[in-house]
Amino acid sequence: MEIKIFNKTTKIASASMLVASCLFAGAAMAKDSVKVGVVSFLTGPAAGVFGVPAKQGAQIVIDAINNGTMPAPYNTQGFAGAKMNPVFSDESGGGTKQVGLFRDFVEKQKVDAMIGYISSGNCMAIGPIADELKMLTVFSTCGTPRLYEEKLRSHVFRTQANAVGDSLAAARYIVDMYPNEKNYTGINQNYAWGQDSYKFFELGMKQMSPDSKGSDKPQFPKLFVGQYGTEISALSLDKAKVVHSSFWNGDIEAFTLQAMVRGFFQKKIFVSSVGGSAVDALGKKFPDGIVMGTRGNVGLLARDNKDPLNLWFIGEYKKRFNALPLGPSYQYARSILAYKFAMDKAMKKAGKFPTQDQVIAAMKNIKFKSFTETISMARGGGHQAVHSVGYGLTKYNKKGKTPGAEKVKMYGPECIYPPAGTKSEDWINAGMPGAKCK
Amino acid sequence: MQFWATVLLDGLTYASYLFIVSLGLTIIFGVMKILNVAHGSFYAWGAYTAAFAIGFITDNELSEALFLPAILISAILVGVVLGYIIERFILRKMYNQDIHLIVLATFGVFLIFEDLIIITFGVDPYLPYQPAMMLGWVDIVGLNRGVYQLTLILLASIVAFACWYGLTKTKWGKLLQSVIYDREISVAMGIDVTKVYVVTFIGGAILGALGGAYVAPTTSVSPGFAIDLVVLSFAVVVIGGMGSIPGALIGSLIVGILRAFAVHQAPILELFVVFAVMAIVLIIRPEGLFAPPKPRKI
Repeated sequence: MEIKIFNKTTKIASASMLVASCLFAGAAMAKDSVKVGVVSFLTGPAAGVFGVPAKQGAQIVIDAINNGTMPAPYNTQGFAGAKMNPVFSDESGGGTKQVGLFRDFVEKQKVDAMIGYISSGNCMAIGPIADELKMLTVFSTCGTPRLYEEKLRSHVFRTQANAVGDSLAAARYIVDMYPNEKNYTGINQNYAWGQDSYKFFELGMKQMSPDSKGSDKPQFPKLFVGQYGTEISALSLDKAKVVHSSFWNGDIEAFTLQAMVRGFFQKKIFVSSVGGSAVDALGKKFPDGIVMGTRGNVGLLARDNKDPLNLWFIGEYKKRFNALPLGPSYQYARSILAYKFAMDKAMKKAGKFPTQDQVIAAMKNIKFKSFTETISMARGGGHQAVHSVGYGLTKYNKKGKTPGAEKVKMYGPECIYPPAGTKSEDWINAGMPGAKCK
Repeated sequence: MQFWATVLLDGLTYASYLFIVSLGLTIIFGVMKILNVAHGSFYAWGAYTAAFAIGFITDNELSEALFLPAILISAILVGVVLGYIIERFILRKMYNQDIHLIVLATFGVFLIFEDLIIITFGVDPYLPYQPAMMLGWVDIVGLNRGVYQLTLILLASIVAFACWYGLTKTKWGKLLQSVIYDREISVAMGIDVTKVYVVTFIGGAILGALGGAYVAPTTSVSPGFAIDLVVLSFAVVVIGGMGSIPGALIGSLIVGILRAFAVHQAPILELFVVFAVMAIVLIIRPEGLFAPPKPRKI
């Protein structure tokens, strides 16, 4: 008898638990918000021209999507219907500090995803931890190719193409525009980004212009060192006329100032893969005729692009921050777009609010519309974006009183990136088979 | 010929920059026996204040002749205000504490002032290039040189001379040397050591701020840009000898010229040579090349 009572009680309890769990599950499905950590430099030398514009770009897109005011094709409200609650965090302090903060975001703050990161060093530190903690992470700006060429990542995506394309497009531009210049050198920061950038520029030059010769004394000053007088002298004495640089943040501005007052740019062909911030910061003082890249069809090189999404972004940015969006503004904004695209796609497929695994599956190999072009996550096992990369010559627009560029050339991804599954260095050394350049 | 002249000039320019900053650091250590990590704050605040002043002059279309006075006034203002605040309200309460605690306190002050910079000036970089642009460039042994950067050598020479003259030919200098040599005896002889400390700390702070203010027109003034300089200044002071003014001069020249040679001949060794020299000096002569003699107390 006692057993019967027990059985009856157990049945009632089980039924109650089932109903309760269904109710809770239903509540989980109808998620109102997603909490996302957005990391960029908010202090230190990289804040002003990189981290803050990056955060501002992300803010504009997050707010527009949350409010449902974003133009097509992102004109549905929310991320799989949920509003994004961004938690902005400072990227400064180095890899060890960032790994600690990342763990805090995942384990204590229980975020749904992480977006951002500018420094290649930080991306290399965060990548393995993101996989270990199984946290969907979308890198926005960092460029080292080692991120995916050393190991495929399960939970990490990057919506910015890597440095290989930036360097190869720079080499292509030099070969196309200055075919008679056969000697080159470089000044790049002494860490993953700077070393990789120059290495691939050099490899590209060897392939595209076999009789060209690199200097035996390229410069690799420490990151954020700020004083380049001696380096400028060394580069000036070097017979190489082409000088490649992937300097960014305050370093490109300091270098430009110090080189400008020595007439350096009148004597050399300076190729900057990511110096757009300095062009805007110095305005009409920035010398004309510098070969300038922006790591894609963004920032300075996207000012004349008439894509409605781009026009909207520029307009909103000007309205809200009284400035033009820089490269990092675009890079962070498009990571948000990719996240929304994947969330919506995953929800459509699942028929309910998607789990993280469903979002990751949805994000693999996507082609999503960005501000000036459609970007494919076509490398790194479907986790790494490729897109076109452009270069042009800086030219101040006296009429509009804005910095601009002329003689812009865009190189498509099929021209500057190896096929999926091929390591960049092997592909370049093999003569870049299959490269299609217009 | 061109190569050696270039190396020498590059080295001298860099050494001048290092000397002005490390001189302040070494004077403070020599007199007060304080390893002042907050010295980088003087440099940064000097740079920001000068950048702000140059921006003000430019925006209001005032005379370009005001640039140099603005830079000097910025340095003095920062040195006096920050130097006094730090000495009076923090260090004076710690003179009897362990030296390591004082280092930690100055490190804390450095971090606080870094944040105060962000609060006061924001995170956007300042580019006060106008004074450097105004002076243009000259050709020296076939290479263009910014005139403004060259004036740094002149400034460092004036500072070195003023320092030598002040220490050896004035009453204040002799009082200072007395305190450097032995604080207790100085007190016993009736020297107002507290006053000497305040003046010394403010003087050192002005030198740190002067380095930042003068360099501002050649660089991007942004948060955190003083950190590397503090490290290099410590290397200079360690090589030259803690508290030694000739040591700061020789240490700056050694670091500046060796670094310039490395950048021209083997760029990858740029920083290695600086710290290798420091390590060698520490092994052979741990007190530094020109450390002042210490009296043996019985």
